[in-house]
Amino acid sequence: MSQDFEPQILAFCCKYCAYAAADLAGSMRLNYPPNIKVIQVPCTGRVDIIFLLRAIEEGADGVYVAGCLEGECHFVGGNLRARKRVNYVKKTLAELGIEPERVEMFNLSSAMGPRFAEIAIEMTDRIKKLGPTPVCRLAG
Amino acid sequence: MIVADRKPLVEIQEMVANSRKILVIGCKGCVTVCNVGGLKEAEILASSLRIGRNKNGKPMEIDETVLERQCDPEYIAQLKDKVGNYDAVISMACGVGPQFLSEAYPEQKFFPAVNTKFFGGAVQHGIWEERCAGCGTCVIHHYDGLCPIARCSKSLQHGPCGGSSKGKCEIANDVVCIWDLIVRKKMEQGRLDDLRLFQPAKDWRTARDGGPRRSIREELAS
Repeated sequence: MSQDFEPQILAFCCKYCAYAAADLAGSMRLNYPPNIKVIQVPCTGRVDIIFLLRAIEEGADGVYVAGCLEGECHFVGGNLRARKRVNYVKKTLAELGIEPERVEMFNLSSAMGPRFAEIAIEMTDRIKKLGPTPVCRLAG
Repeated sequence: MIVADRKPLVEIQEMVANSRKILVIGCKGCVTVCNVGGLKEAEILASSLRIGRNKNGKPMEIDETVLERQCDPEYIAQLKDKVGNYDAVISMACGVGPQFLSEAYPEQKFFPAVNTKFFGGAVQHGIWEERCAGCGTCVIHHYDGLCPIARCSKSLQHGPCGGSSKGKCEIANDVVCIWDLIVRKKMEQGRLDDLRLFQPAKDWRTARDGGPRRSIREELAS
């Protein structure tokens, strides 16, 4: 595998926790890999199965969903629903012969800036070890 | 509603392994309500199939659409300009859908994406249970609204068998003995004697035992 492989990783981040934690990580001048592309969502309950599948389909090397700590969702159970959907996508990827670890669910609070950076590093390292996605990118 | 489960992805992949252009058709009827074959699920299936094919370096063209119902010729007819353009068409409706499609477009190959299971309802979000066996002669009123035909493992009509234990059926711990419920309800309401009433043998000819069934409504049929 090429040492130069720089994965493209999508992160669906809840505005009440992970997105705010990303802000905090920035304010704290914490370093985390630039491979992460953050998409803000109003709650991780907004993240549908098809969002995660489309990301993989379009060539993302990894995708993760970062929501509030369990029991602390602003909308009560959005993060719990998101976890179930992530698990569904993991199962689908396994059925297709693709590493399910390319998709993950994380929980953190808005005060956990360092944890946000840690997750970004952890996910980037994980995907670097797995290598580029086996899904051919679509033309264009 | 008719409740179904989606077939395993591998099974669907094998069905269309040699097809390069595929159409996935959802249905807005029962399978949308039980979250197995509506537009959303058609998109998920199409995306999963695309990922699988792209991974294997055999990309294919796959489109998704949804019909109001696949059990009605007027909606099936809406596909007349579409179906001929595909190597394979996958129906996400219950078992009725692929059959109506095959009858309307005999030259096209259709595949079922779901396993049709039973007539039932959602007991909670994401969990459906059987409530009707479609036996053709409803007897629910004899049993206080609880159907022993659909809900007793043996379809017993005159009381529980020896496999009833602590309210559960012997076949599995999570299967309620419907006769336990019927008897308790009758006792609570002081109508246990109802069960002593003579019931003639059920006429099973109206069920599947009488062969494929049909329903004719003279006031509607032309």
